Amino acid sequence: MENSTIKEQKSSGLIGWIDARFPFSSFITHHLKEYYAPKNLNFWYVFGAISLLVLVNQIVTGIWLAMYYTPTAKGAFASIEFIMRDVHFGWLIRYMHAVGASAFFVVVYLHMYRALMYGSYKRPRELLWLFGMVIYCIMLGEAFTGYVLPWGQMSYWASQVITSLFGAIPYIGHDITIFLRGDFNVSGVTLHRCFSLHVILFPLIFLALVAFHLVGLHKVGSNNPDGIEIRKDVDEKGVPKDGIPFHPYFTLKDLYWSVIFLIVFAAIIFFNPNFWGYFIEGANSVPANPIVTPAHIAPIWYMTPYYAILRAIPNKLGGAIFMAASIAFLFVLPWLDRSKVKSIRYKGKWSKWMLAIFVISFIGLGWLGLLPVDVWRLWLARLFTVGYFAFFVLMPFYTRWENTKPEPARVKFKKK
Amino acid sequence: MSKDQEIDEGRRKFLLGSTVAVGAIGVATAAVPFVGALLPSEAAKAAGAPVKVDISELKPGEQKTVIWRGKPIWIVRRNKEMLHSLGEDAELLRDPKSEEEQQPKYAQNEYRSRRPDILVLVGLCTHLGCVPSYRPEKGAVTTQWPGGFYCTCHGSKFDLAGRVFKGVPAPINMEVPPYKFLSDNEILIGSDKADIA
Repeated sequence: MENSTIKEQKSSGLIGWIDARFPFSSFITHHLKEYYAPKNLNFWYVFGAISLLVLVNQIVTGIWLAMYYTPTAKGAFASIEFIMRDVHFGWLIRYMHAVGASAFFVVVYLHMYRALMYGSYKRPRELLWLFGMVIYCIMLGEAFTGYVLPWGQMSYWASQVITSLFGAIPYIGHDITIFLRGDFNVSGVTLHRCFSLHVILFPLIFLALVAFHLVGLHKVGSNNPDGIEIRKDVDEKGVPKDGIPFHPYFTLKDLYWSVIFLIVFAAIIFFNPNFWGYFIEGANSVPANPIVTPAHIAPIWYMTPYYAILRAIPNKLGGAIFMAASIAFLFVLPWLDRSKVKSIRYKGKWSKWMLAIFVISFIGLGWLGLLPVDVWRLWLARLFTVGYFAFFVLMPFYTRWENTKPEPARVKFKKK
Repeated sequence: MSKDQEIDEGRRKFLLGSTVAVGAIGVATAAVPFVGALLPSEAAKAAGAPVKVDISELKPGEQKTVIWRGKPIWIVRRNKEMLHSLGEDAELLRDPKSEEEQQPKYAQNEYRSRRPDILVLVGLCTHLGCVPSYRPEKGAVTTQWPGGFYCTCHGSKFDLAGRVFKGVPAPINMEVPPYKFLSDNEILIGSDKADIA
């Protein structure tokens, strides 16, 4: 969009005073009122805005929790009990934070699936996708460090297992493990640094990256279910013919779905905050004990797909490599997809089947990762691991060779 | 344009290069305390001091756990039958002769111990650090189970000398910490040097 489309703001009063010193009105114009988004954006496009809402929830409830939480091996568990029992509305604030973590991953997984479906990672949105992927990795780090904080049995053994993973690195692994833990074994020192990372380092990077993600989005504009660039077809004013102003059209749509989201979110917080042990695992209500591992340990649901891949490989280093590769492949996705078209609507049968296999494998691995391992499940996990990686490894071939349908000139949009 | 107003590109390049180099050295030097602060503190090292364990009440076949450096340390008094089983499972093991450096020299033998009957092990699975459970009964985990340690986290199996079985995620045998006998019924864990009591 040209800058000429932004009207020079000549408002008087306070806004005028601010505008003479800070680009307030022009920012609102540029990013809301005259930021044009494709008119055919469907339901799948609400999760970006909802994830911002969840982010705000996490920050606000996190600040409140940090006021009462004690990050020491002796005090942590008791301070969570104190928050739950003695702090006014402490239970509510903690459940908002804990359920919020799971909600964040639900929303972000749907957001990422949308990108996979409509090819939103493809040129010119590669960097946008990369920022998103780094945000996702920081989220995993934030979720892990947060999970350690209550210092229950699952906190302790999760930190033991995750830090031990680095021990798989040849030669320097053992020293890296000690460096990460800050002690010869997972201890209160490890807990304390998890707290520091959880409340300072990761959120800082997170917020910066969210800003980059949005600046990048507004530079290239939203993709849409048809995967065509609306900015290539503009009217005499330079406004995309298939674009409509973000405000009020999409602010209202996002607000509507945010309310629906909040209803579900509140229902879980009030009626089933542990979510049958999927959001807060039962074993974590037992204080950390360094000499007894619970009979069955499993990570929280949003990490189980990677955990199942780790377990499926009967070799320590191999398991760690496959686990790292399962995320690394997502980073290079924009360069694996060789298709002429972006959206799944116009891609061929191969892309549709492979995306289906990928989704089934991811969910299948996530389900298996929650269960104890046995022979039958081990082979099923290996099958899903093959499915997961086939999606990426074969992508340069099937996307290039399959028959695609022609993309329309204008987005498809039914007037009601 | 007079001569002193001309831009000296060579000089600029030199100044830029030297500024970057000095800056990089400064950053690297400043990183030393920040990285150093993350290593185990003096207090953590001091907490790693040796611990004395009395084993007079430990009966044959029994296992006991103590803590050293924040890790669980197992002491097992193996009976005759258990010791006998160690000689029979060699082909099922990844490293039956304990060639991997997971034990002090004096424990690099069939029993992985100073004294055949007393086993001292760091009770952490060499896969991802869970605490395996002590399953001495034959056939307790699988039909061919000779007795040993089973890790429920990811299914790793070890025999009664902490040697890892083939086909499990754990890559190497369990660790034997440095230790010595102070008397028949007293062990010092964490030190094997003669001068430290």
